Amino acid sequence: MTATLKGYALRLLPQIIALAAILLMVSFVFPGFFRLEIQNGRLYGSLIDILNRGAPVVLLAIGMTVVIATKGIDLSVGAVMAICGAVAASSITSGHSLAMTLVITLGTGILCGLWNGVLVAILDIQPIIATLVLMVAGRGIAQLVTEGAILTFNDQGLIFLGSGSFAWLPLPVIIWLVFGILVALIVRKTALGMLIEAIGINRQASTLSGVLTPVLLIAAYMLSGLCAAIAGIIAAADIKGADANNAGLWLELDAILAVVIGGTSLLGGRFSIAASVLGAIIIQSINTGILLSGFPPEFNLIIKAAIIVFILVLQSPPVRNAFTFLALLRASRKPTERQAR
Amino acid sequence: MKFAKALASATILAACTFGSASAADLVVGFSQIGSESGWRAAETTLTKQQAQERGIDLKFADAQQKQENQIKALRSFIAQGVNAILLAPVVATGWDEVLQEAKDAEIPVILLDRTVDASDDLYMTAVTSDLVHEGNVAGKWLADTVAGKPCNIVELQGTTGSSPAIDRKKGFEQALSGHDNLKIVRSQTGDFTRTKGKEVMESFLKAEDGGKNICALYAHNDDMAVGAIQAIKEAGLKPGSDILVVSIDAVPDIFQAMAAGEANATVELTPNMAGPAFDALAAFQKDGTKPPKWIQTESKLYTQADDPMKIYEAKKGLGY
Repeated sequence: MTATLKGYALRLLPQIIALAAILLMVSFVFPGFFRLEIQNGRLYGSLIDILNRGAPVVLLAIGMTVVIATKGIDLSVGAVMAICGAVAASSITSGHSLAMTLVITLGTGILCGLWNGVLVAILDIQPIIATLVLMVAGRGIAQLVTEGAILTFNDQGLIFLGSGSFAWLPLPVIIWLVFGILVALIVRKTALGMLIEAIGINRQASTLSGVLTPVLLIAAYMLSGLCAAIAGIIAAADIKGADANNAGLWLELDAILAVVIGGTSLLGGRFSIAASVLGAIIIQSINTGILLSGFPPEFNLIIKAAIIVFILVLQSPPVRNAFTFLALLRASRKPTERQAR
Repeated sequence: MKFAKALASATILAACTFGSASAADLVVGFSQIGSESGWRAAETTLTKQQAQERGIDLKFADAQQKQENQIKALRSFIAQGVNAILLAPVVATGWDEVLQEAKDAEIPVILLDRTVDASDDLYMTAVTSDLVHEGNVAGKWLADTVAGKPCNIVELQGTTGSSPAIDRKKGFEQALSGHDNLKIVRSQTGDFTRTKGKEVMESFLKAEDGGKNICALYAHNDDMAVGAIQAIKEAGLKPGSDILVVSIDAVPDIFQAMAAGEANATVELTPNMAGPAFDALAAFQKDGTKPPKWIQTESKLYTQADDPMKIYEAKKGLGY
């Protein structure tokens, strides 16, 4: 047990170091960064903001990790967020109950995933093209649902999902924690994770060895759609309205970036959901840090890009090999030093 | 719906080409950009309303954000021999040729809401708002309201580099100059959206001692203000009294916030650009009076004293 724990820690080490370094850096430019207090029965502070604001990208990254592990990619998640937010808002304003609204919305997300999955698994269209279809069309669909306006709602139950709190934590944080652990358990405590990795490494070989490749592929995209639906509900509930033009805009790129920072290869194969979640939190820490720092907005994207390039360079194979080489060198030198003494 | 709209406008265009268009005494073609925002939808609704009130036969063409569609629509208006053309140009460049064709056909063109990079003898006039002036009105309201007391302001900017963000910032700062008690302590972009407005406001509140240091919020549009109001409430403060809220656009939702006492003032970017355009056109048709090359729309200030709920009801149906 301790051995596996140690293995996990070692796998997540680069991400944890990067996150710690960024948090430390932010606390230099903004001294009150680590301050936490309880206000209105919930924890209040910048660290909580990071976990809360990061919720949509974390959720998208969970689904994206599984899709990328199958050597695919899902560009449509941002647009699916917009569709699902719009569906949730229009369903609740037309008088459906909260439970019904959630069922319809999550169903819509899964349906979007099914569409992507069928294009990829059955029709064998390259994932980047197959999901591009819904990425482009999705925002139009969302606008059809909201009729071009920001559709606002006042249902306390739905709003609670975006800005309520439970056990001193904002509800979106609880949602992604529970959902992330659930998905990680399902793929890691069963053979599912290994089969997904097998498809990512060699789809044909895994089909030939009896893996139900199409079913698993479709399931991966459906999971991604479900994640986008939850993220869409949270985003809409947060502002008490569905903004078809802007909800989830460009978040697919942040989600892919989170997976990459988490060390999962875009070529498929080995993946780690925990690392992707950390990747998403790293991105949000940078965003929140920039906002707290008080730099003029013209610098936002440059700072973000510089930090991310730095993280990716540290993770790149040549740099990692150099570190390993140095570590080996030191290890091999120690005994000789002792001998000399 | 967009597709249906396109079909409808295409049918209307076709119908005009074949049928006679002289039922009303004045036929005006209107080439609209599309319906990318609530404001633009309201502009379309109001233009149609204004035309109907004046008995003008309005030919409407939705360009779906494409300049080529607008040029096509303009050419078809010219072919139909309309009396005048209203154009809300999607981009600033590339209009010289088609505007020259309209000029050759002696059809006056009036630009709505945006201007073009073309010689100004190619169009009759442009009806637009003054973005710098809007910021100025907001700043002046704030300076008058705090009346000499020291006040730390946080600013939610529009999309970085966009002309509304640059000009609304400039106008606000102009109004503030000379008032040493007013100071912008933080300024960040909220991308004109509610989500970003809320997120950025959360960080402002954390950075300025839980919001105790902030006396007023200036947002470049109402949507960001609506998001920020939620952030202020969640931080346990009262928007509208603990932190004054002033923004620009005057969309319906901000009037709801004003009615609830959570927002203080908004400066209207009027969607009624067609009214002044039709007025100028009527004067020109009557005795050939040429309007000035730029007609500036009024940037009206609304506060909580203006019966916000009534304005909300009136604006709600415009398609915002």
